[in-house]
Amino acid sequence: MKAKVHVMLKTGVLDPQGEAIRHALGSLGFDGVQGVRQGKVIELDLADGTDEATINQMCDKLLANTVIESYRVELL
Amino acid sequence: MKAAVIVFPGSNCDRDMAVALKAAGADVSMVWHKDSELPKVDLVAVPGGFSFGDYLRCGAIAAQSPICKGLISHVERGGYALGVCNGFQVLTETGLLPGALMRNAGLKFVCKSAPLTVETSQSAFTEGYNAGDTVHFPIAHHDGNYTADAATLAALTSEDRIAFRYGDNPNGSVDDIAGVLSENRRVLGMMPHPERAVDAGHGGIDGQALFRGLIGQFVQA
Repeated sequence: MKAKVHVMLKTGVLDPQGEAIRHALGSLGFDGVQGVRQGKVIELDLADGTDEATINQMCDKLLANTVIESYRVELL
Repeated sequence: MKAAVIVFPGSNCDRDMAVALKAAGADVSMVWHKDSELPKVDLVAVPGGFSFGDYLRCGAIAAQSPICKGLISHVERGGYALGVCNGFQVLTETGLLPGALMRNAGLKFVCKSAPLTVETSQSAFTEGYNAGDTVHFPIAHHDGNYTADAATLAALTSEDRIAFRYGDNPNGSVDDIAGVLSENRRVLGMMPHPERAVDAGHGGIDGQALFRGLIGQFVQA
């Protein structure tokens, strides 16, 4: 089985990389981009039957820093 | 005083740290990240560098290495720890210090000498200074933008646990924070490099007081 973990900076945490992307889009002529947030996607190839609680533990212990990041697990 | 310097793959300030500690009188051993036990020491130093290539997040993989379990038990027993630059990132990732270090607000790697204000002399690390002193330590980092939630910041402030602030905030850190202390004041994490300011050849010796003060604690004891 596979799972996708989406890691994003929490709402309210300023994302300097997202801001830089927003400026770059503006300078390319794409008007009206109000905000950009950049995160990361981690794909996991897991043993069949791995439960979501275990994947959440992986996120809490390593994949995300929950001080500044939130995550969402997508089972594929 | 006995000190250990942890070496991760990608550490590059480990030898500088050892030299600074030795110059101040410490007996220093280097410890490899795969060792699960630390030698019996008073201080563990987590040096700067780019442990594990900064993969995932700076310090995240290093924080899971076998030696960090030893580091956590050392701190839980009341031992001293000093994390500089990548070492500070490792200490926040292990949860030994609060907050996190994000990408610099200006997105650029910053490498220069930074003026800092010593915010408290109430710790073994800073007792060689007076609160309000200005010191100059080199900084060299891409991810030094300190952040913490409002409750943590309020606690750090009210408990006098902000050790250093930037005079001229180079990375967007909240409240200009450059270094913080643990609740028991025996763990210090800071982005600037005191070990790169201990010899006249470095261009400054403002860091000497930090190492001498720290080691002096044990000489008196």
